[in-house]
Amino acid sequence: MSWFGPYGGRFVPETLVPALDELERGWREALADDAFRRELHELLTAYAGRPTPLTLAERFAPGTSLYLKREDLLHTGAHKLNNALGQALLARRLGKRRIVAETGAGQHGVATATVCARFGLACVVYMGEEDLRRQRPNVERMRLLGAEVRPVGFGTRTLKEATSEAIRDWISNVETTHYLIGSCVGPSPYPELVAELQAVIGREAREQVLAAAGRLPDAVVACVGGGSNAIGLFRGFLADEDVRLIGVEAAGAASLASGRPAVLHGARSSVLADEDGQIVDAHSISAGLDYPGVGPEHAFLRDSGRAEYTVASDEEALAAFRDLARSEGILPALEPAHALARARDLDAELVLVCLSGRGDKDLAEVLARS
Amino acid sequence: MSKTLVVYLMAVPEAPELAAAAVEGGADAVELGFPFSDPLADGPVIRRAAERALALGMRTSACLAVLARTRDLLPGTRLIPMTYASLLEAYGWQRFAADAEAAGASSLIVADLPVDEQPELRRVQLVAPTSTDERIRLAGERTDGWLYLVTLAGTTGPRAELSPALSGLAARARALAPGVPLYAGFGISTPEQARAAAALADGIVVGSRALQAAEDGPGALRAYVATLRRALDS
Repeated sequence: MSWFGPYGGRFVPETLVPALDELERGWREALADDAFRRELHELLTAYAGRPTPLTLAERFAPGTSLYLKREDLLHTGAHKLNNALGQALLARRLGKRRIVAETGAGQHGVATATVCARFGLACVVYMGEEDLRRQRPNVERMRLLGAEVRPVGFGTRTLKEATSEAIRDWISNVETTHYLIGSCVGPSPYPELVAELQAVIGREAREQVLAAAGRLPDAVVACVGGGSNAIGLFRGFLADEDVRLIGVEAAGAASLASGRPAVLHGARSSVLADEDGQIVDAHSISAGLDYPGVGPEHAFLRDSGRAEYTVASDEEALAAFRDLARSEGILPALEPAHALARARDLDAELVLVCLSGRGDKDLAEVLARS
Repeated sequence: MSKTLVVYLMAVPEAPELAAAAVEGGADAVELGFPFSDPLADGPVIRRAAERALALGMRTSACLAVLARTRDLLPGTRLIPMTYASLLEAYGWQRFAADAEAAGASSLIVADLPVDEQPELRRVQLVAPTSTDERIRLAGERTDGWLYLVTLAGTTGPRAELSPALSGLAARARALAPGVPLYAGFGISTPEQARAAAALADGIVVGSRALQAAEDGPGALRAYVATLRRALDS
């Protein structure tokens, strides 16, 4: 079982533990299987569109060499597909023909619906009613792809409740169903598994920035909700001690900046919780960052000092969204707009930002605030 | 030997009186739910009750006070807090166990703490139809007094039929945890289900349906529990 210092673990009802053991065994065997790795590589290349390019954003950040890792150009429009493809292959290996997932912004839901269509798997996606409202285009995409979208109408009606409902569905259907979690959160082995599947971002980005700039960046920056695009990027640079790793949370959902140790969705991590361990509501304009927890590896990287975590407000993210659109002709998702907001005021010459997804899903939200 | 009847109640201010009514109706033990904001093992009835309890301010210290008052009313009844790991993480694992014991707890159940996590925390262990033999054996060795048989793969709440998985689970637990009393819970709400489950186990736990009865007051809860008691004794 994987722990990241004191973080991680498996805080789940007993019913799920054997399934987590099976998943961990299956994952280890898959990683050691050349055929599995070849098939995943082939899908990431020919189906998903990897490698994604690196773009120099000269007009957005004049005076700084700011490179964008273009996960927005991946099939389905976000980095989520890297993880969904890998887990779908794994589910097939484990003989599971039904997939459940949670989604916040809808990007993970779309990625999951996409891989289920591609592999002929039944797909149920849980989504909070508040997110259904603000991410309408993604709901329609999931339905067109053949997924059943189940609204979650209690509690905060956002990603936190959608995740709880997906886990409850898994508890009830564990023999037939794989839970395709969307971020590096949840009980072990999910945080490690998702990080490994997203590490392709950092591996590519490191090679690309060396080729483009001739050296490693001073800092790499990514937004952090659950933290999967950030951990994927960071993994490429963890061993490069001179490269600053910077995660940017939404100011109203800063699990790392203002959380405390608590247990949420099967793992011990840094969580927005009160002194009694009750989970507190998060607030962000970005549905993908609107989550009170974070992956346990990020909590560990914060404590160890290897990574730094900061925040951006809704307004700062909106301003960065508009500026990137006008200066570079790229509409970012609101999630990486938080990373852009902090990246441009860094005191650094060479910066790499993970542009984790494209902004089409956010147009209504942005236009309503303009 | 008489079968054990365990009734689950949410730790709300009126819980001591409700617990007394349940005992009058024939309950042998009471589980007191300490509410958590994100209870993964619970279905809609207990989830809503937890939400209401939290809205009333039922945080850990208030729940412990309710436990102490229940103990005062019911000096001879087993009282077992049932909660989630996040509350213990915040309060301190051993401090929680010590303060619960001081308030009158007979043991403790943590719904999202599998047997291999926090092994030093003495508690009632849960086993499920998906549990391997090895895990059932370990749970039997470590459990505090009895084993909680989760009858089905799913969350708490009434079902139309008693889970067909219970008989296999009970048989495995008998063989792997010899001498340990087995109480079955999840999806048991009617007298018929209570009787059928008790034929396979040493006792039963009733939660969601008891909470629904308790909404109509102590009299309604006492009457409901009495129907279960009669079914178990018949």
